[in-house]
Amino acid sequence: MTTASIPLPRPVSAIGRVPTWLLPLAVIVFAYAGIPLFASDYLYDAILAPFLALSLAAVGLNILTGYAGQVSLGSAAFMAVGAYAAYNFNLRVEGLPLLASIVFAGLIASAVGVVFGLPSLRLKGFYLAVSTLAAQFFVQWTLTKFSWFSNYNPSGVIDAPALGYVFEGPHGRYLFSLSVVVALTVFAARLVKTQTGRNFIAVRDNETAAKISGVPVLHTKLLAFAISSFIIGVAGVLWAFAYLRTVEPHGFNLDRSFQILFIIIIGGLATIRGAFLGAALIVVLPLVLSRAGTFLFGSYFDSGVLDMSQRILVGALIIVFLIAEPDGLAALGNRIARRLRLRSPTN
Amino acid sequence: MKHYGAKTLLKGAVLSAVAAGSFATAAIADEQFFPLQSYRVGPYAAGGTGFFGGTIDYFNLINTRDGGVNGVKLTWEEGETQYEVERGVEVYERLKGRPNIAAWNPLSVGIAYAMIDRITQDRVPLITVNHGRTDSTDGRVFPYVFPLLLNPYSETSGIINYIASKEGGEEKLKGKKIVVLYHGSPYGKETIPIYELLKEKFGYEVQQIEVPHPGNEQQAQWLAIRRYKPDYVVLRGWGVMNPVAIKTAQKTGFPVDRIIGNVWSNSEEDVIPAGDAAIGYTAITTQASGADYPVLQEIVKTVYDGGKGNLEDKKRIGSVYHNLGIVNGILNVEAVRIAQKRFGNRTLTGDEVRWGFEHLQLDPKRVEELGAKGLFHSINVTWDNHEGDGLVTFQQWDGKKWNVVSDWIAPDWKLLRPIIEKSAEAYAKEKGIKIRTSEDADKVTELQGTASSAKN
Repeated sequence: MTTASIPLPRPVSAIGRVPTWLLPLAVIVFAYAGIPLFASDYLYDAILAPFLALSLAAVGLNILTGYAGQVSLGSAAFMAVGAYAAYNFNLRVEGLPLLASIVFAGLIASAVGVVFGLPSLRLKGFYLAVSTLAAQFFVQWTLTKFSWFSNYNPSGVIDAPALGYVFEGPHGRYLFSLSVVVALTVFAARLVKTQTGRNFIAVRDNETAAKISGVPVLHTKLLAFAISSFIIGVAGVLWAFAYLRTVEPHGFNLDRSFQILFIIIIGGLATIRGAFLGAALIVVLPLVLSRAGTFLFGSYFDSGVLDMSQRILVGALIIVFLIAEPDGLAALGNRIARRLRLRSPTN
Repeated sequence: MKHYGAKTLLKGAVLSAVAAGSFATAAIADEQFFPLQSYRVGPYAAGGTGFFGGTIDYFNLINTRDGGVNGVKLTWEEGETQYEVERGVEVYERLKGRPNIAAWNPLSVGIAYAMIDRITQDRVPLITVNHGRTDSTDGRVFPYVFPLLLNPYSETSGIINYIASKEGGEEKLKGKKIVVLYHGSPYGKETIPIYELLKEKFGYEVQQIEVPHPGNEQQAQWLAIRRYKPDYVVLRGWGVMNPVAIKTAQKTGFPVDRIIGNVWSNSEEDVIPAGDAAIGYTAITTQASGADYPVLQEIVKTVYDGGKGNLEDKKRIGSVYHNLGIVNGILNVEAVRIAQKRFGNRTLTGDEVRWGFEHLQLDPKRVEELGAKGLFHSINVTWDNHEGDGLVTFQQWDGKKWNVVSDWIAPDWKLLRPIIEKSAEAYAKEKGIKIRTSEDADKVTELQGTASSAKN
């Protein structure tokens, strides 16, 4: 995969003279104060919980793939490492606060990420993607093979611990996930604007040029793997603890890795909001379609037929989106905003 | 303008989806709702369509022939899970707010695990017929979970007992080599410790080999089996893994009559795709196949001839999965009926239905009255034994149909119970669950299941 087609992040604000931080801030305020006004248990537990977890995983992968240009198919493995590490810290270290086990879990995922990032020093593009597949299979195999990781549960399934504190119930779990996602997303958004972030982009766009300009290429690549895996690991904790509340290694299979990769491709590589837009399309749209389908046609067709038609519809939509805007939903948003600005009489 | 329209459309779609959820909460009198987390697409669709088809056919029979259970109509809604945990959870969240839920029947160990905490809080029973988490048999710790008829440990014990009888007695098992080829899923792994434990008792040798999901490539596993030269291979498969195993066995020269299928490797869908390679293959079952039983005849007459049959392919009527679905329907309906005897002929709460399941005692006479004599033997669920002492039998495939080749066999419950209790007690300790007594089991909440979850 060449990286030449990936656009640089746009330095100017998408919406005219409005400062760049205003829109994200409005979204955060709405997420904290607006959504609880009308959200039902279903919205919290079945839509927002997976949406937040996968958005965060996509933010993590976007740092690695979108900004630093290293293609990875091991995202689900790093999620699994995070989930199992958090479970084991929580189980085996008494009195460790949950937040600390999550941070440690992220660090473990980060370490595993660096190890599987080592091939990136020699491999590029598709070849690197294939070597990250190793992470996918190795991690799943390890977690299945050694039942210590699942505390010797015969089925290999672990029950996630309760989040504790005030984070009980659907609303509590939502606030917990949201806070973790907001904190890490703000961190990621700041990071890509720093020298490190510029190093990522330099390595992605032209490795030789970056090396000549004094960017420490090896160090930068491994750092990208470390930070990305940390974020993806934490996303795995959210997926397991706040959404499913149970973990089995099979849930973190290759399909999940592809799902996260598609989220950032459809959402827009090298954008933070692309991760959220992509996750909305990949996670939320099928659910909305499924409910609408059952509501409208449930009495005429059985659930299998409905499910198949939804897949066709979602697949067609994705193709249409990509033809209309190959740079992803984030770029589509930008274009619409620019057009509106040109039309508006104040300009 | 254009984008404005799209936005409004999207808003409309979201609103209607939300509305669909809230509309449904309007209560209707005298109904008992069964949310069905079914799967009709994906690698396990054969099992899903047969099983859920059978259950729905039986519900339709009760509604059409009897006008419901003592006048209480049975209703249901399906949600597609594809046997995936996160989809199962989504369907649970979607349907849990519906009024009058009687019981959940996910037919997936992974989904069942994810639901245990949730349904315990909701106080609604979770039925995992012929599968599930083994220690949930202990009703003292798992009040709302029912691995009816056959839990995985009993199944294992039944298979070992059958091999012993084939060899001519328990003492002949000593030194025999057994391979367990299991599906790489929570379901497949559930029996690993019990094969090891029975090994200590009987002195056989065992090697357990995993086949990764979905299992359409098994060359490596069967080469390993060939090197090991076992006397028997127990196939603990699911879906496409089974015919592939039987065909690969033939290719590697392992005799098919030495392969014993477990309770999820025992259907027509497992042997027909394997063709001649499957002739002589034997598998355990809790319910016989065939459409000669009175209850099936009535389903054909009342449901299928009335155009309401759930199976698209009528040839599958009376197949193993379809019959298991019917037995599952019978067990669910009888639990409701038994609970109605105590609480009245009305819509019951989830906890009241739980009481019904804990008194689900169908002796062979009652089974005959239900038109299911020979279809399954009997069940005897109590407040602390949520499995209900189901008997098993073995069937052999002759290329066209299954023939029963054994009597009804009882697994070694006495041996298994202490292991189950130990595991359940460990779970109770880890989770801080108070162990129930029979007095606790008799107390019933009259609140609707959703009321307790609304507190969250």
